[in-house]
Amino acid sequence: MSDAGAVAIPRRPRRRAWLGPLASTLISVVITLFGLVLVTFLIGRVMPIDPTIAIVGDHAPPDVIAQVRLDLGLDRPLVVQFAIYVEKLLHGDLGRSVMTSNTVVDDIGHFFPATIELATVAILIATLIGVPLGVYAAVRQGSRTDHAVRVFCLAGQSIPIFLLALLSLLIFYATLGWAPGTGRQDVIFEGEVPFVTGFLTIDALLDRDWDALYDALAHLAQPAGVLAYFSMAYITRMTRAFMLDALRGEYVITARAKGLSAARVIWRHAFGNIAVRLITVLALTYAGLLEGAVVTETVFSWPGLGQYLTVSLLNADMNAVLGATLMIGLSYLALNLLADGLYHVLDPRSR
Amino acid sequence: MLTRRALLAATAATPIAAGALASAGWSSRAAAATPKGIVVMAKQIDDIVSFDPAESYEFSNNEVDGNVYRRLVAPSHADANKVVGDAAESWTVSPDGKIFTFKLKTNAFFPSGKALTAEDAAYSLQRVVKLNKTPGFIITQFGFTKDNVDSLIKATDAHTLHFELPTAQSTSFVLFCLSANVGSIVEKALVSANEASGDMGNAWLKTRSAGAGPYQMTSYAASDHVSIEANPHSGIPVDTKRVIIRHVADPSAQLLMLQKGDADIVRNLTPDQLKTIGANKEFHTTSSPQSSQIYIALNQNVPELAKPQVRQAIKWAIDYESIAKNITPNSYVVSQSFLPAGLPGALTDKPFHKDIAKAKALMAEAGLAGGFSVTMDTPSTQPYADIAQAVQADLAAIGIKISLISGEAKQVITKTRARQHQMAMLYWGTDYFDPNSNAQAFCANPDDSDASKLKILAWRSHYVDKELTDMVDVAAKELDSAKRVAMYQKMQRLSQDRAPFVMLLQAIAIAVEGKGVSGFTIGPLPDYTKYAEIKKA
Repeated sequence: MSDAGAVAIPRRPRRRAWLGPLASTLISVVITLFGLVLVTFLIGRVMPIDPTIAIVGDHAPPDVIAQVRLDLGLDRPLVVQFAIYVEKLLHGDLGRSVMTSNTVVDDIGHFFPATIELATVAILIATLIGVPLGVYAAVRQGSRTDHAVRVFCLAGQSIPIFLLALLSLLIFYATLGWAPGTGRQDVIFEGEVPFVTGFLTIDALLDRDWDALYDALAHLAQPAGVLAYFSMAYITRMTRAFMLDALRGEYVITARAKGLSAARVIWRHAFGNIAVRLITVLALTYAGLLEGAVVTETVFSWPGLGQYLTVSLLNADMNAVLGATLMIGLSYLALNLLADGLYHVLDPRSR
Repeated sequence: MLTRRALLAATAATPIAAGALASAGWSSRAAAATPKGIVVMAKQIDDIVSFDPAESYEFSNNEVDGNVYRRLVAPSHADANKVVGDAAESWTVSPDGKIFTFKLKTNAFFPSGKALTAEDAAYSLQRVVKLNKTPGFIITQFGFTKDNVDSLIKATDAHTLHFELPTAQSTSFVLFCLSANVGSIVEKALVSANEASGDMGNAWLKTRSAGAGPYQMTSYAASDHVSIEANPHSGIPVDTKRVIIRHVADPSAQLLMLQKGDADIVRNLTPDQLKTIGANKEFHTTSSPQSSQIYIALNQNVPELAKPQVRQAIKWAIDYESIAKNITPNSYVVSQSFLPAGLPGALTDKPFHKDIAKAKALMAEAGLAGGFSVTMDTPSTQPYADIAQAVQADLAAIGIKISLISGEAKQVITKTRARQHQMAMLYWGTDYFDPNSNAQAFCANPDDSDASKLKILAWRSHYVDKELTDMVDVAAKELDSAKRVAMYQKMQRLSQDRAPFVMLLQAIAIAVEGKGVSGFTIGPLPDYTKYAEIKKA
């Protein structure tokens, strides 16, 4: 056969195909970040708390207060204040925190790794247990196991997390003595592990201080376990629902009719098809853990970004609040982009 | 072949195995109680802003400063009306009360091994005035400025400090102000060496110490911990070589740490937890009245509250003892004068109690027998929320209908600073151990306009009382200590009678020491809380 006479269909050059989506993604990222900064900035400024109280206290004389207001630029119009903030932001200057006296960039470098470490271990535990459990419950729909899993999930989602945290401390720390108490490390390791990445487990590993590494892991176990249970309940429920939907699909019936093994049908055909939706769930749960671990961080005295943000907010330390909010927003965006990227890898239809 | 069952089992076992492994490793080295020679204190320390004594103004940092710095003088533990030498061996005051000459001890040393000199003392006070940070007014209120301080406060030799006031002031007033944390002496050579952009070492000193106290700061991580170690050269004996203050926000977690032996001293237990722990003889409780009080401000721009009879009626309608007993047991006691118990000249009697008939008669006398409606701003946290409800119920009995406006404490402060409240319940702590601090706050309002240079509590509630305002000024300059104390007592009586401040409660700080721990004493101000005598068996 010959192609002669066939109408030539003009094709868009493939090399530039990615430029469109990339540009639109970048634009949406910039717009989202700008919106985030603007809204947080405005909320901070309209909050009925005088930011000078955090800096000079309630007893300071009027001339000291006036000087601080001048130093903070609070005497200028709101638009000018925002423009100055954005200009500094573009130069990587998030200002100085009133509460810690450090630059906000330094503070984020100190507090955020603690939160990332906690959230990462929690999401790993939650995923490793929650996903198989959800799949199993779906496969055994209506069985006693399925009911047990559903009750387990219901408890995880409905028990307040502070209660879970306190119960965990009471049982595993106070009563059984299986786990250490609060904080990131025991007092005997205080100052022993040099600060390199801020992730205590990694820093201890780099320092080859195995005792400190074990101690850090042991201190992680409880708060990560509590957060994991909370997240796992959601992940399990979603996995179960996705799987039930997938298992009713015609392609699954076809696979079974072809005589494939149960494991192959479940994991390759059904699970493979829910993976994309599951990634969204996992990414959003992880992002939620990065910003929503405030209560757990408080109960376990975990010096993370959640605690930093809360204390800063209560003290009207607006540079710190803006910086931390921006960092959480960036995390959300990064995780969303990661999830989008994984769609392309896992789902050929989206390419 | 990897079956589903095996995969499920393996995935579920992974984190459990990791946890077990970590716990096994942890228990090998760190499961024991806190090490000997180290005292671990569990406390809420997220209020820390700066450790620089020229800037430090919060509870937790002032407490640490009190243990790492020395001042010229300190209040006497035996007699609250007196000060005793700390770094100063002795001092003399000129007959006109303007010139103080301090002779410094020769046995006070910094951790570097260098002796504390008059040059260090002069530099420390000069930098307080020049930096003029939050607590700077405690020194600048005497008239020191950036321009005159170098000539008025100076070292005449290595151990003699010349301290000259621009205008004469009461001697005890000056000495008590110098005994405040802001009077701490820093090591000039060390701080100067770390100066940046003319900040007199402020940025460097925010997170470090440079004092000659019994301890020195060795490590600090915000919202995590402060670690201090004995200063080997201080000459002050310490029983505990190292104190680690860990930030434990949750009181329940503090209690568990104490019970497990992971904390030797805990500082923020709730009244209920204190009640529970009180039954356990292994633990020892230590307490001290604090210089902070809870009060209600009545804004005088509200016509009804401006009537003297109404102010009296409110004071007679509240059931103080019931509030203290049922809402704040172990944490607050009734206090009805503007000087908290423990401060020189403080009145400790309680003239007011709940007397509804008397309160109603006063309301009728004011022409408000039918009552009136008013709002009260109050912090949303405990115990304020419960106290506010109790006050609301008490005042309802005499016809005053209160609408509570609950908010974050700083929000309530912001509103009172803008004079936008009607009634407001808040707390107030004295700035230094002299009655002038609170007398000025609650009584003095020489200029009620927005341009006033003194905008403390009386100004914030539009309370203009010329007699009290003048008395504050006179008492601050009175050289006779006994006469001065009598003046403050008179001011308290007058204030109880007519001021628009309903003094309710005084805070009590309570700490619980773990098994084998003793010697911890809490001071009436944070910087008077000392660690040097803590003993651990």
